[in-house]
Amino acid sequence: MHSFGYRLNGLLTFAVTILALMCAITSLSDNFNTPSPSAEIKIMNINWFQKQPQGHDEVSLTMNVSADLQSLFTWNTKQVFIFVAAEYETRKNSLNQVSLWDAIIPAKEHAKFWIHTSNKYRFVDQTGKMSADKIVLTGYSLPEEYR
Amino acid sequence: MGWIGDTVDSIKSIQIRQLLTQAVSLGMIVTSALIIWKALMCITGSESPVVVVLSGSMEPGFKRGDILFLHMSKDPIRAGEIVVFNVDGREIPIVHRVIKVHERQDTGEVDVLTKGDNNYGDDRLLYAQGRQWLHRHHIMGRAVGFLPYVGWVTIIMTEKPIIKYILIGALGLLVITSKD
Repeated sequence: MHSFGYRLNGLLTFAVTILALMCAITSLSDNFNTPSPSAEIKIMNINWFQKQPQGHDEVSLTMNVSADLQSLFTWNTKQVFIFVAAEYETRKNSLNQVSLWDAIIPAKEHAKFWIHTSNKYRFVDQTGKMSADKIVLTGYSLPEEYR
Repeated sequence: MGWIGDTVDSIKSIQIRQLLTQAVSLGMIVTSALIIWKALMCITGSESPVVVVLSGSMEPGFKRGDILFLHMSKDPIRAGEIVVFNVDGREIPIVHRVIKVHERQDTGEVDVLTKGDNNYGDDRLLYAQGRQWLHRHHIMGRAVGFLPYVGWVTIIMTEKPIIKYILIGALGLLVITSKD
């Protein structure tokens, strides 16, 4: 009854149970947090809008991204992945999302930032063709489902 | 020496009835594990509800040896989601993030491009021959939960099969020699 095997078994079971309980409580504690993130993007410049040698129309932009995401970090947060995507509708597609820039924020200290950057990924449409008479930044918002 | 004598004695003293009871108990354990696995497949709606991260392409978020819990729903696939997908011809699923989405007006079908957070380029090289986009049927689920380090057991057993055999042999020996 008091052999080494039994004691080890009891100890390990207890340890795993406590660990599982802590994980569950951490996950549940997330519900008590109401995040209030804020972010702003300003397009500083359209560097070019032209047909590339390999045949696709491409847009290159420079933008200022500033954000305060500190309220998103809780006990249950592993990292915050932040990205800027161009979202638009075309004749053929009801929704297009093209990611232009992304970054990973590992900790709360880095969550308030300002960055001046050109787009990390090429802004190319699926059909390879883009055309514009006038370029206007029509709207920018933090979508509800990503909060 | 005494321990070997005890083991030999206990093997000699096995009765058929006791052996059969133990075999049935073992069978029950194995089948209930299978039932839990299949039930998880039904609940999460995904063909493989639990996957092990095998590469470092999603660091610093997911490291090699982490376990991911997946869930598949009819919600549309959007940029920023972490999805697990199967490429035709590869049996190992890949866990990466969606960076481009193009959804058709009429059919609602969607073209998706993925990229690992830690990779420089997108996944076009990983897709099957000539394929530029993934479709909904390639995607097996979205990552909704995570357990660190537990997946190392699976990785070690897959990469060094000798450990698998040693483990099964030891378990078998334990079953035969135990009195209960």
